[in-house]
Amino acid sequence: MGERLLFYLLAGLMVLFSVLAVSTTRVIRAAVYLLFVMILMAGFYFMMGYNFLAGVQLMVYSGGIAVLIVIAVLLVHHIEHRVERLSAFEYLWKGAVVLAGMVLTLVSLRQFSFRRLEGAEHATVADVGERLLATGRGGYILPFEVISVLLLAVMVAAIVIAKGESENARNHD
Amino acid sequence: MYDFTPMVEGINRWLHSMMPDAAATFAGWVLVALVYLALFAVMGLVLVLVERKVAAFFQLRLGPNRVGPWGLLQTAADAIKLLLKEPVGTKRADMFLYNLAPFLLIIGAMMALSVIPFAPGLQAFDINIGVFFIAAVSSVGVLGVLIAGWASNNKYSLLGAMRSGAQIISYELSMSLAILTMVLLAGSLQVSQIIEQQRDYWFIFKGHVPAWIAFMIFVIAGTAETNRTPFDLPEAESELGAGFHTEYSGMKFAFFFLSEFVNMFIISAVAVILFFGGWMPLHLDGWTGFNQVMDFIPPIFWFLIKMSVMLFLLMWFRWTFPRLRIDQLLKLEWKYLLPMNLVNLLLMAFIVLMGWHL
Repeated sequence: MGERLLFYLLAGLMVLFSVLAVSTTRVIRAAVYLLFVMILMAGFYFMMGYNFLAGVQLMVYSGGIAVLIVIAVLLVHHIEHRVERLSAFEYLWKGAVVLAGMVLTLVSLRQFSFRRLEGAEHATVADVGERLLATGRGGYILPFEVISVLLLAVMVAAIVIAKGESENARNHD
Repeated sequence: MYDFTPMVEGINRWLHSMMPDAAATFAGWVLVALVYLALFAVMGLVLVLVERKVAAFFQLRLGPNRVGPWGLLQTAADAIKLLLKEPVGTKRADMFLYNLAPFLLIIGAMMALSVIPFAPGLQAFDINIGVFFIAAVSSVGVLGVLIAGWASNNKYSLLGAMRSGAQIISYELSMSLAILTMVLLAGSLQVSQIIEQQRDYWFIFKGHVPAWIAFMIFVIAGTAETNRTPFDLPEAESELGAGFHTEYSGMKFAFFFLSEFVNMFIISAVAVILFFGGWMPLHLDGWTGFNQVMDFIPPIFWFLIKMSVMLFLLMWFRWTFPRLRIDQLLKLEWKYLLPMNLVNLLLMAFIVLMGWHL
């Protein structure tokens, strides 16, 4: 009973903040609403007993991504800037597209038969670490390595872009 | 001998005997929340007073000495003043975010506080991801600073927020890696288990040189995370007014002020838990008599003694070192601390692999 109540509370807040995040005209408020959605998501993970996942959600999405978004906004946006409001026609067709996507997602979720994993709630840190670096079935070494290579490439690219521009600027002077 | 579990369970049973189960659970939550709220307020008052006294000590002054005996009531008087003060804000600020920001900081600090054990049985929330939870929650608190700086619509605040963003994101890395080094030694993230593992030796002895290095890095990164001198660039009063909280007054300002001290408390508590055995007494191998004498001191006093030493260390830093420049600050993190930390992590892994920590 209490758990169900909590679920509906979290879900209701999440829907509310998601709608607010896309309907506000101030970019930074959108970022803050998004932050709330991410924190509520972590709340769901806590409810399901996936504490580690919830911690990752809090640290990476709320503490990392949301902070980066806010910093980017700090750099480029003035406090009185407003994003343009959509026209009624745009509201209609964009709303229709979102609705179609939602229906599609719901239908496919309904048709998918979820299996309950036994013992997943009792996973320790060591389990998570081993699974992350396991090469066998259910191991995550390949995605892990692919992502690290991708991130390295992104870092190198960012440094090249940052350095290259200042060099060019110096040559022009 | 000094376990608080029977007391906590007794209160729980008493609540359950008085009312139905659901109500008792709820009453328990409210009770815990009230205790933490009181703790929060008292901690703020005491730490501010201590900080001022320590500052006075370092500067050969007397410090607050007019209100109450030895000035002990000074911060209480200040708190009453702040509570009664008219909240003065700016007109063109983003009001919603301006009002939200202090609460983000406070909530982050409170949530991190809930995981910290003060003595056996005196812990609100012994979650299995303990230290990771503290790191995760305090990384959300950063947003409070960023949003406060932006929503104030003041260029000094904005500068403070940007500096704070650059600083905290960089130093969070060092802090997490230092924590990770010690987690490697403990093999668990749960705070109670980390403390239990230090029953015979504290980790600072068990971990040899890597633990000392991790401790130093942790203290440096922790000082940076709490925005204290020598890393107080976000609020540098001599160049930015007060940085991100320039536009705040009254109780909202007090929230920022309080959260700084609570964060300091949390950093010290995590350092004590990870390196000095939390509430575990000091034990030395073979010194049975000595160990038994140490066992007589209640764990809560052990915790408080260690905390006082850590807090004094942080205050010592504040009144000793001059402020760093922003480029020096980033250089320190990315060119020195981070590589050192990574090598240190490998060293610790090697020690654990060879079993030298036992």
